[in-house]
Amino acid sequence: MSGRLRLGAQALAVGAVAALLALLVWKVAFGSGNDVTGSLREGRTPDAPVFRLAKLAGEGELALDELRGKAVVLNFWASWCGPCKEETPLLERTWREWRERDVVFVGVNVKDFRGDALDFLEDYDVTYPNVYDGKGWTVGRYGVTGFPETYFLDARGRVVYRVAGPVDADDLRTGIDRALEAA
Amino acid sequence: MRLALAALLALVAGAFALAAPAAASETRPTPAELESELVCPVCESTLDTSSAPIARRMKAVIRQRIAEGRTKSEIKAEFVEQFGPGVLATPPRSGFDLLAWVLPLVGGAAAVAVVGLLTWRWSRRRGEEAEPEPAPRPDPELERRLDAELARFE
Repeated sequence: MSGRLRLGAQALAVGAVAALLALLVWKVAFGSGNDVTGSLREGRTPDAPVFRLAKLAGEGELALDELRGKAVVLNFWASWCGPCKEETPLLERTWREWRERDVVFVGVNVKDFRGDALDFLEDYDVTYPNVYDGKGWTVGRYGVTGFPETYFLDARGRVVYRVAGPVDADDLRTGIDRALEAA
Repeated sequence: MRLALAALLALVAGAFALAAPAAASETRPTPAELESELVCPVCESTLDTSSAPIARRMKAVIRQRIAEGRTKSEIKAEFVEQFGPGVLATPPRSGFDLLAWVLPLVGGAAAVAVVGLLTWRWSRRRGEEAEPEPAPRPDPELERRLDAELARFE
């Protein structure tokens, strides 16, 4: 192996190690701030990642950015999740209470069998719109840590509040108030 | 010639011996097989090692589909449709995912080639170093004097 070739190979190896180290440092320093949950934790109000997903019941799709101008309560759930069953009747009641006042509830069914999710909607008489994300694409974008999890968006599409775990009436009131105030 | 024919027959018999269970597994899969080949989308471990609620539900669906007479490919395809390709414990051997199978082999072959090359070079260099240097030819005048000196002692 000629001296120049050996020098090139050594430089390449050192460069690769340096690049991996830089990636590690970047991930440690900024990794937690890449998703919505991380940004909220740092006191920011990040833009909600937009999505266009198939409606769970019926035909067609629902695009999040089409709801601009309204406060949005975005609830991530799955039919196999016990706490989701507890909070769904409250979500439905609150939706019926607020639906005429520029507040939209959207359920995102994640990592679930579509048939099971449809049965769930029927069992709990859910009337607010729901979309299906079986592959869980939205989970990483939002930084969802478990189910259920609820995000409150203002009319400009910014996330202003988040509740991990089942919501209660106070959580919903706080989140909706913040979403409406911020607009 | 006979030996080659025997080897060929053994090869064909071996291929049949392997193909038969594979075909049975495809048409009559067992829950255990599928549970080891599918991943729980929440806890990301194979179904056979998970007791998460979604894993329990997936196991129940597997049993239901087997009872309905579905093949292994059909059942897996249904799960991929619902949960995406990440639900498979091993990536499919097609498209972009093929890289996951090919790259380790290419990397392994490259590593073996590099180690082989380095070993060959080292062994060659050592061989060269070990070769004795040819003795310098003695000076004829010195040789003549040495012979004369030695003759005096005889």
